[in-house]
Amino acid sequence: MAFKNSIAWYYFSSPKNFYPLAGRLIPWFWGLSVILLVVGLYMSFFVAPTDYKQGESYRIIFIHVPAAWMSMLIYLVMAVYAIIGLAWKLRMAEMMASALAPTGAMFTFLALWTGAFWGKPTWGTYWVWDARLTSELILLFLYIGYISLQSAIDDPRRAARASALLAIVGVINLPVIYWSVKWWNTLHQGASVSPTMEPKMASVMVTAMLVMTFAFWMYTIAVVLMRVRRTVLERESQTSWVKALVGDRVENSSAGEKQ
Amino acid sequence: MKTRHKRMAFILVGLAGLATAAGLVLNALNSNLALYISPTDVLAGNIPKDKAFRLGGMVVEGSLKRQDDGLTVHFDVSDNVETVTVAFTGILPDLFKEGTGVVTQGRMVNGLFKATEVLAKHDENYMSPEVAEMLEKGEKANQAATGAMAP
Repeated sequence: MAFKNSIAWYYFSSPKNFYPLAGRLIPWFWGLSVILLVVGLYMSFFVAPTDYKQGESYRIIFIHVPAAWMSMLIYLVMAVYAIIGLAWKLRMAEMMASALAPTGAMFTFLALWTGAFWGKPTWGTYWVWDARLTSELILLFLYIGYISLQSAIDDPRRAARASALLAIVGVINLPVIYWSVKWWNTLHQGASVSPTMEPKMASVMVTAMLVMTFAFWMYTIAVVLMRVRRTVLERESQTSWVKALVGDRVENSSAGEKQ
Repeated sequence: MKTRHKRMAFILVGLAGLATAAGLVLNALNSNLALYISPTDVLAGNIPKDKAFRLGGMVVEGSLKRQDDGLTVHFDVSDNVETVTVAFTGILPDLFKEGTGVVTQGRMVNGLFKATEVLAKHDENYMSPEVAEMLEKGEKANQAATGAMAP
């Protein structure tokens, strides 16, 4: 069994075999993402009750918290791929790490942005330099630094190695973000939902938040697979299989133009 | 030991070293990373001299008093040990209420904390108004029951 699994692992770690697999998976993840998003948004706006203290403005939580969770999860997955890429010198892992970064940066920005617009009506300010907000901002800078470093180096293998180190060092920031509200006094409130205790919110609210999180998660996988397929074509453009694949299409399209 | 295992071990040891260093730095910076100072620390004099700082705690029930000019409010901030009276002129945030958390920025002037900014700190509980009302009723019933038993 383990033997069989390890064969599949090595089989799909080759860009040539991963490319068609990703292509087959993408529509499924898009489908799941859209369904979950529709259900999640409906629950967020029509099923979940008004909050006793904040009224309707708390509903931004259904975007804010899933986006913040995804920003941290994506960074963690990115760092794991970076470690695998460094230790095993697997091209596919390197490409996955770099494909995750833009989506991670987007969710980090979304978390900060929705947080600011939630903070104004409730706390009375868009921004405050407390530990939670500042460490999440550092996460955005880590993503931007990672993307910049990668595009600053021309050789893709060297770019992958340098940026992987940055990604791995940045992992230190994740526990700081997660436990910042516990370790220091902050304006940001503590966690409402965590694996170690009963949720401190109505259960339908928790469900809506989880559905939104899975919607974002499926969206992330779909988008990252699309991005990684493009990177595979770019980086493997000298291989015979890409030439054969692209050559077919070029011939087809030029044939189409002639008609 | 294969080369890739060596590289893996190298990365993990490096990460562990880095985590330790980060832990020590954050621990050393502990007081600087806190957003606000509690009333106990303020009264003990653990505040930056001649500089504005943030005071945080709970607004004491029944302590909110509007002054004669109609804009200035006085309220007490407590950490359940000590209490500091805050004076603030301006608009309070929507979630500002007696019995909830608050973070204010300003400085101590003759034992009164003159605030230039007041921020409401809310907690991590979310529920519908109906549930909140039910909980409150339950609380009151409980208090009445224990109150009746006490004498």
